Amino acid sequence: MPEIYLDNLKKSYGDVEVLHGVDLLMEDAEFTVLVGPSGCGKSTTLRMIAGLETVTSGEIYIDRKPVSKLEPKERDLAMVFQDYALYPHMNVEKNMSFALRLEKRPKKEIKRKVQEVAEIVGLSEYLHRKPAELSGGQRQRVAMGRALTRDSSTFLFDEPLSNLDAKLRTQMRAELAMMRQRVRKNMIYVTHDQIEAMTLADRIVVMHGGYIQQQGTPEQLFKRPANKFVAGFLGTPPMNFMQATIEDAGNEVYLRGRGFDLRCDSHTVDRLAASRVRDILVGVRPCDLDYRPDAAADSAFDIDVVLSEYIGAQSVLIGDCDGQKIMVELKSDTPIALGERLRFSVQLADLHFFSLDDDRAIGQVDYS
Amino acid sequence: MSTSTSFNRLTPYVFLAPAVVIMALALLYPLGYMIFGSFREWDPSQAMGESTYVGLKNYITLWNDPNFRESTFVTLKFAISVVTVEMFIGVGLALMLDRNLRGMSLLRTLFILPMMIAPVVVGLIWRYMYHPTLGIFNRGLKGVGLESVDWLGQHALLSVIIADIWQWTPFIFILALAALQSLPRSALEASRIDGATGWQQIIYIKLPLMMPVLIVTCLLRLIDAFKVLEVILVMTEGGPGLSTEILALRISRTATEFRELGVAAAMSNYLLMLLLFITVLMLVYNRVMEHRAARASRMIEESD
Repeated sequence: MPEIYLDNLKKSYGDVEVLHGVDLLMEDAEFTVLVGPSGCGKSTTLRMIAGLETVTSGEIYIDRKPVSKLEPKERDLAMVFQDYALYPHMNVEKNMSFALRLEKRPKKEIKRKVQEVAEIVGLSEYLHRKPAELSGGQRQRVAMGRALTRDSSTFLFDEPLSNLDAKLRTQMRAELAMMRQRVRKNMIYVTHDQIEAMTLADRIVVMHGGYIQQQGTPEQLFKRPANKFVAGFLGTPPMNFMQATIEDAGNEVYLRGRGFDLRCDSHTVDRLAASRVRDILVGVRPCDLDYRPDAAADSAFDIDVVLSEYIGAQSVLIGDCDGQKIMVELKSDTPIALGERLRFSVQLADLHFFSLDDDRAIGQVDYS
Repeated sequence: MSTSTSFNRLTPYVFLAPAVVIMALALLYPLGYMIFGSFREWDPSQAMGESTYVGLKNYITLWNDPNFRESTFVTLKFAISVVTVEMFIGVGLALMLDRNLRGMSLLRTLFILPMMIAPVVVGLIWRYMYHPTLGIFNRGLKGVGLESVDWLGQHALLSVIIADIWQWTPFIFILALAALQSLPRSALEASRIDGATGWQQIIYIKLPLMMPVLIVTCLLRLIDAFKVLEVILVMTEGGPGLSTEILALRISRTATEFRELGVAAAMSNYLLMLLLFITVLMLVYNRVMEHRAARASRMIEESD
């Protein structure tokens, strides 16, 4: 199976450039997820790989061969569309076998292949139904099945789960992950849902505004976000950001902001040394704040509880830290009351620092 | 029951009333008049009351009248050939012009112009173009050194067919184009990825998906083609001989020249029955489609 390489890929519609030079190497048999908010260019990138959109400049290499001028069918790929894109006038069997029939494969082989795939996606009983006679989840399976029958080297998914209801989406996501273990092929998956991205991906590519913001394993991106956008985009509830000033007081270095005054250890001082200016942005994930009434004031945030959202074992606390909104995740059985002021301690290593000018991360903690 | 509730129940009928009155006056009354008249021997100088009742005589006479049969045959030949050719050209053009190129909207507007010209004018234009010596066709043929063609004489039926195709292909074209543009884009993209060539897309995806619209369009056009009158009246007046005398023309001549209103009415009823048959076909088709949709939604509920 080939690797796919995007070389400075650009796309313009008229005078408007929507994709500003995407460089991306997808290894052999890798599950790559392109994730980002609406209009970030992820779908455009996928459609260019598929050959449904022309390439304005740059090149796409599949197996080291430039393919940007080739027709979709010459690129050896299969695609699952957001709205399934089934052929309404064909039954499930005909939908799944369309590509094989166009290739004029022997009837027996087509039949065997369709049955084999129908088994995998659980549609054996519905082969003679038309798409209009299937529920949303079943249509979604037909779309998957149609892609699977093709035996292509690469699978493209364009937000395949976003038209399903929440329960079905979770179920299909799990099925997709299981299918993934059986089918070792190149998969490129576009979604705006960061949970889908985190759970499915070998490699996540976060896109925003037509640029790749960061790429890497889900863990790398979660633990070491390269900039404020990636930090805020991955993880629910999202990371809290607060302005702070680096201040020297005698032998100690403090991070001071509204509602907190953190004393830095030597390691943190080293990290902050990367910043040339004193004013920075501090990021802290809601899960990294610990409810510790007895913590020292210089290692904690004092937060007024505004609202508590109960979601089962965990609750999300929306608090106020001297006029700044801050979210905290804590166990639901923690005895707290609305309006109370609580103390949450934080490990300095869990803090993320960003430049106020360009939102880039400062002094990334090296976990490797 | 109180007055207000009974008034509420009546409300829809009150709103429907004007339409019903107009229907009755403009459609049912003339229709009834025509059916009534078709059973009588009736001269235009007579009032309806003075005419004599002759039962089915008019219908039987017509059934055995070789001229009427010839005329029916001409009408069928005309309608079937124009609709067939118009469907092919109209759908073909739509398939060709369904793309976003510069100036395409202007081109589309130009294409539908013939449909907007009054049929009498179309007849006149084509009569001049077909003129044996002055017409553009024969002058063109002469210009390249070919024999001139006796358009409205020897090839009269073909000539009126061409004129009708010129005028009504746009009707099919715009409906086919609308159908094409409402096709699911992603299904077409999926077929490209599945490896379909342009032709295969047309044959396996586009045409089957357009079929419901095309069938209705075809039937509508057929109904219209059976009733054509003005263009042929202006171009050939049904001649030479009976070669282009379509039913509508024969009806009008029976009423005005032969002064046999009863026979003309009977002939109209024959035509009406033919059209009714096509209309029923269309209704049946719609029913079948609705039935299928209903069955589909039932199956979804069962499988959920």
